[in-house]
Amino acid sequence: MATPVLALPGRGRKRAGLPAALRAKRRREGLAALGFLSPWLLGFSVFFAYPLLAAVYFSFYYYDQFNAPVWVGLKNWDYILFNFPDFVTGLQNTLWLVVVMVTLQTVFGLGVAMLITKIKRGGNIFRTLFYLPYLAPPVISTLVFVYLFDAGGPINAILAHVGVHNPPGWFNSPTWFKPSLTLLSLWGIGNTVVIFFASLLDVPKEQMEAAMLDGAGPVKRFRFVTLPAIQPVILFSVVTGVIYTMQYYTQAIVAGEVASGHVATAGTTLDIGYPLGSSLTVPQLIYQQGILNANTGPACVLSILLFVMTMLFTLILLRRKNGLVGGD
Amino acid sequence: MAAVMSPPVTRHAGINRTARSAARRRRALEWIAVHSLAIVAAVFFAGPFFFLVVTSVMPDNQALSGALWPSHWQWSNFRSVWDRAGFLTWYKNTLMYAIPVTVLTVVSSVPVAYALAKFKFRYRRLAMIVLVSAMMIPPQVTVMPMYILWTKQFGLGGTLWPLIVPTAFGDAYSIFLLRQFLLTVPKEYIDAAKVDGCGEIRTLLRVVVPMIRPAIAAVALFQFFYAWNDYFGPQVYVGANPGNWTLALGLETFHAAHHVDWNLMMAANLMVIAPIVVVFFFAQKVFVEGVTLTGVKG
Repeated sequence: MATPVLALPGRGRKRAGLPAALRAKRRREGLAALGFLSPWLLGFSVFFAYPLLAAVYFSFYYYDQFNAPVWVGLKNWDYILFNFPDFVTGLQNTLWLVVVMVTLQTVFGLGVAMLITKIKRGGNIFRTLFYLPYLAPPVISTLVFVYLFDAGGPINAILAHVGVHNPPGWFNSPTWFKPSLTLLSLWGIGNTVVIFFASLLDVPKEQMEAAMLDGAGPVKRFRFVTLPAIQPVILFSVVTGVIYTMQYYTQAIVAGEVASGHVATAGTTLDIGYPLGSSLTVPQLIYQQGILNANTGPACVLSILLFVMTMLFTLILLRRKNGLVGGD
Repeated sequence: MAAVMSPPVTRHAGINRTARSAARRRRALEWIAVHSLAIVAAVFFAGPFFFLVVTSVMPDNQALSGALWPSHWQWSNFRSVWDRAGFLTWYKNTLMYAIPVTVLTVVSSVPVAYALAKFKFRYRRLAMIVLVSAMMIPPQVTVMPMYILWTKQFGLGGTLWPLIVPTAFGDAYSIFLLRQFLLTVPKEYIDAAKVDGCGEIRTLLRVVVPMIRPAIAAVALFQFFYAWNDYFGPQVYVGANPGNWTLALGLETFHAAHHVDWNLMMAANLMVIAPIVVVFFFAQKVFVEGVTLTGVKG
């Protein structure tokens, strides 16, 4: 990368003297770009734009995926928004997860990242250790956690050793289900840690030293030097965290199924939301309504609502200065 | 040397010494605090892996008892999982899903990322906005119409094709990662290739692709793991067709009604997670760079 680059043959001169030539070059570049982009543009139209529009279409129809769709006006919308208590439950669960889980993920992720910056020896092993859980398939990490927190599992056995003889029901308790999921999500925090760790290394050293010379203690240095420097990364992490939490699916559905003991075949899930709706999220309702019950209209209403929720937060990412879409 | 370096004795020497020993004590305390926290964190991260491994070799009756160590190491658990109806099929199906997805994603995403990073055209900003939005939209938003299209129009319900075909048209996250990496490649290399008479495609294949190899490796690994781990996609399309199940779907069946084989389930988990761990140890740097690229510079 550090090899000296070739000088360009007078690009600036051309721009001043030969606007026609430049315009031709621009046109060529535009056409070449279109050529490279066209497969993706096609794919985007078929796999994103079409289903979005089709979801809006189906949201006004009764369609059982067998007989032809029948126009029902706003009935599906009325049903989901006002007569479908599971939707409210799903939103409440999502809100809980956004407030508690995303907050803890951010704080814990930053804490672990700061811990790593302090460790001089053995840091590599530690780094591997905390990143590995992130790579574990969500199904597996969920199965392992359900086993760990099973009524007769290792966690309760350890708790009994230290004198706790009536532990909570963990994944079988409506109160403890989401806290248990939160622990699971903290276990898989590796990605966030890597991002925070990289941003901590980028905190200007001069500012840190200046603050030290001025007699600022560790708390003040964190508050006035580190935090402002990594603030954009924290924002990014929180916003993407919120977006992913709204899509929360695999861990919740697998944990609910396995803890309930009603897994006959993975394809025909019936016990969504176990226990007592505490694991219900909007994406699971889409699966339940649309795929299992062939209830296309209401499922599409839920899809559109999920889309709007996602886009609201994506806009925050898009509006950032030097944001995701900038560069070059 | 030490004699030369040591400060001359002054009347402040005593104060200096106490200040220095106070600083040393503080540093020692910090060292202890940092390392005890690190040990707690290490136990938290390693604990589930520990129980995953020890439970996978426990005898049947012990796995239900909350035992913390196997009474004897029952290696035959792995054999039982391997022989269990379906496991090999799930393994094969998962590979038949993950490998095409990986190859198709890389081949289709590189040109798109190249155009978004290195070409100037009128709607580039709009294209980036569309890309980032596509990256954030969950599969559940588009699944209903796509499910109807694939199963009712194309009759491909019960197969993994609906999950493979779209990746031949570029994957938003992969395009984004490659594009972020391409931004760091100096445009002069590309211009030089063109001056030397390379066409657009030759420039891409001969100059650009060799320079972004680390990013391509990262994208390939992320996509492979994505497919390997995917649960929602296979659940929707092959959930009702056990013959085409992937590992992610099959693993749950070790917990049937009224009967759990925790030891076999953990043994199966271990056999699914092992390839990932092995790959990770060899390609750790690739991962970390890939994550950093999309997280920090974005």
